[in-house]
Amino acid sequence: MPTPIDPKAPAVSAVCKEDSQLRQKRMIAEHYHRLAGCPGSGEKNAYTFVPGNLTELLRSFDLLPVLPEINALQSAMRGKSREYIAVAEKLGHSEDVCTYVKCDLGMMKSGNVGPTGERLPDPDLLLLSYTGCFTFMKWFEILKEEYSCPVAMLHVPYQADGVVTEEMRRYVVAQLKEKIIPALESVSGRRYDEDRLREMLALSARAEDDLVAVLESAKHRPSPIDAYFGGVYYIGPIFTAFRGTPEAVDYYRTLREEVEERKRLNLGPVTPDGAVDRERFRLVVEGPPNWTSFREFWKMFADEGAVVVASTYTKVGGVYDTGFRHDPSRPLETLADYCMGCYTNLSLPSRVDMLSRYVKDYDADGLLVNSIKSCNSFSAGQLMILREVEKRTGRPGGFIESDLVDPRYFSAANIKNRLESYFQMIEQKRMHAVH
Amino acid sequence: MRSPAGPEGELGKIVGIAEKLYRDTALGSVREWKGRTGSLAVGFMPVYIPRELLHAQGVLPVGIMGGGDNLEIIRGDAYYQSYICHIPRSTLEMGLDGSLDVLDGMIFPATCDVIRNLSGMWKLQFPHKLSFYLDVPQDFDRGIGGEFYGRALMDLSRALTARGARPYEAASLRKSIALYNANRMQVESLFDLRRREPWKVPTSELYLLLRAGQVLCVEDFTKLLADYGEALEADTTRRMMDQARVVVTGSFCEQPPLGLIRTLERSGCYIVDDDFVQVHRWIRGPIRETADPLDALVEAFLDQGVDSPIRFIAGGEKGSELVRRVRCAGAEGVVFCAASFCDPALLDQPMAIKVLEKAGVPYTAFKFAENNGQFQVIREQTGTFADSIKLWSDEGNRHADAH
Ligand code: SF4
Ligand code: SF4
Repeated sequence: MPTPIDPKAPAVSAVCKEDSQLRQKRMIAEHYHRLAGCPGSGEKNAYTFVPGNLTELLRSFDLLPVLPEINALQSAMRGKSREYIAVAEKLGHSEDVCTYVKCDLGMMKSGNVGPTGERLPDPDLLLLSYTGCFTFMKWFEILKEEYSCPVAMLHVPYQADGVVTEEMRRYVVAQLKEKIIPALESVSGRRYDEDRLREMLALSARAEDDLVAVLESAKHRPSPIDAYFGGVYYIGPIFTAFRGTPEAVDYYRTLREEVEERKRLNLGPVTPDGAVDRERFRLVVEGPPNWTSFREFWKMFADEGAVVVASTYTKVGGVYDTGFRHDPSRPLETLADYCMGCYTNLSLPSRVDMLSRYVKDYDADGLLVNSIKSCNSFSAGQLMILREVEKRTGRPGGFIESDLVDPRYFSAANIKNRLESYFQMIEQKRMHAVH
Repeated sequence: MRSPAGPEGELGKIVGIAEKLYRDTALGSVREWKGRTGSLAVGFMPVYIPRELLHAQGVLPVGIMGGGDNLEIIRGDAYYQSYICHIPRSTLEMGLDGSLDVLDGMIFPATCDVIRNLSGMWKLQFPHKLSFYLDVPQDFDRGIGGEFYGRALMDLSRALTARGARPYEAASLRKSIALYNANRMQVESLFDLRRREPWKVPTSELYLLLRAGQVLCVEDFTKLLADYGEALEADTTRRMMDQARVVVTGSFCEQPPLGLIRTLERSGCYIVDDDFVQVHRWIRGPIRETADPLDALVEAFLDQGVDSPIRFIAGGEKGSELVRRVRCAGAEGVVFCAASFCDPALLDQPMAIKVLEKAGVPYTAFKFAENNGQFQVIREQTGTFADSIKLWSDEGNRHADAH
């Protein structure tokens, strides 16, 4: 039974920055700074993607990863995406297609200035390692025309039947051995060093243990974290440039300690406007967040005491809570399994299973879908997912629509209205359950 | 200009048969075929599947291309947001209204994220039917992508057998490959003729034939094409008009309504190349008939597949294939005709446009949905485009390449 709550009482209290947040900020700034220095330092980089990324492998060759999706989302958070998207549309890109691509292109055409205000280096390699979305392929075909650098392509099979078969694994490993590693060797001028890769994979596994502990802390009531809005910060280092590094291990250890402390003290999650002190609704959220109005969006939840206890977006760069860990004893196979296991590489039935399990395991009030206009990979099929999860869990579903980085598609009033009716629906359900 | 009522005589009869098949979203001909043969029929989504393999196991491959403008969407819209292309919703509609009951399953080729997700939706919605996702490699090396694809074909074969199809046999696959090769030749000869004398083979007719080929067994389809070819030869009424020769591109998956194709022709364009109903021409040239037939299928996929937005192009310049097609068809311009919200087509377009501009090929672009009913705006746009080609291109050179 949920604890009775005074709906009039404010849900959020004062702001406080935690050590992990500061640490992450520093790590990311240093990374971008290092990237900006590449032309001078001679360090090399590879542009690649978040889902199915091969960070450890890249780093074992001393290559620095650049992630265009992250640049796009950062541009949106800095209020630049409208202008960048306009640049891409002026170049003939349709208003119908993925806005990440257009935002990234617009940024590139406008001087390729990254989130820290420094210019990003041109790629030494386009490493088309991706899962779960065909648009990534198009994206690099477009970039390939802009830069004169080699392209290495890792095609990752889709988990259509909900399993990774030996054949699928063999296919990915063969590409790693015969295509990706030689490309990395040639760009970096270094030989493939499997021992170094193993060490990095071991570090990844340690960080992954702590990440899972953090995400699973949301099973506690009240949840000490928000697994969607807060979650995107938690996954930052491990999904991007830091997997396989000691910094990531330290970051996740610190984060875990903080979260465990909050759990012990029965504190709610921290938001940019303060901590959520009164958890009124526990939600599972499917789909990526909106980045252009991220803070406003989060506030709509926090003000109502709505805490997201599990989300699928935090699994795009790897699903770890079902037990997968990078395994140093089988380095290439484990990378293959990792790539194939990312959330958007799972079939619709697997996504339904996962979401239904989350609703039950995290004792959530229901599933809320944020459907992203320009992302077919996530969005096509979400209405069916919603219906199925409602059917299986008996808890109500809610549906809102926005976009990742195109501010034209974020209607605050509309989303707020829909959220309010959804929360009312949950309340009504509760009343029925009590009487 | 020809009368909108369509061709008469033998030609009219053949085109009429094809149009009837095209309009029958309830797949009456497939029902009839199944009743007659007692065999399985399995649907597939655009763009490509190895039809030869299905045929060899006694299965009728049935190309499902959405509902076009023949279908009222009642349930399908409840499954899709407005910003997703139309074909998955009309396909689901057909599934839900029982039109596809005659099918023993569906194959979903790796085309794009929408089709990929639809494969899972199908599993949830029709748990008792076969729902097979055919993952095709984007790596085109024999030992890597080829291995993977070969295994995918065997998986497909086993899945069909598990549903009651004949088990795989190399000899019968060899025969099927030969039948499809003959069919590809027939298709290609009509495309050739259209390239040379487009007034003889209006695209709206050729399109209907290709659509008929989606529901007919290959033997009957080849015969239909041959009959059409003969009727064309006998026809003396079709005369060349001063129309602009264009390549239409971008509609490889969701198909434009027939009315739109007719509108393009009526607005003064001869369509001399296109990517409609792509499966019939996805493999360029014949598939080898001598080797291990499964290997031959794999090889054809790796080496003979056409450049398409759904295929990763590692080397070369994206769009240069389009310029080659323009040249080879003696076309004077390109019409980009992509389904709204079709990511693969729309993301490719700017790259192709850049190459066209470099090559000095004029183009125009619009988007459609398969159930569009109003073509006036498109007619004006392509009419102006055709006029500008006719007015501004060097008269002496017009049509020179095509002959
Ligand atoms: S379509 Fe979606 S998953 Fe694909 S690149 Fe765009 S935002 Fe990412
Ligand atoms: S029309 Fe385009 S986006 Fe839609 S299913 Fe076909 S290929 Fe995919």
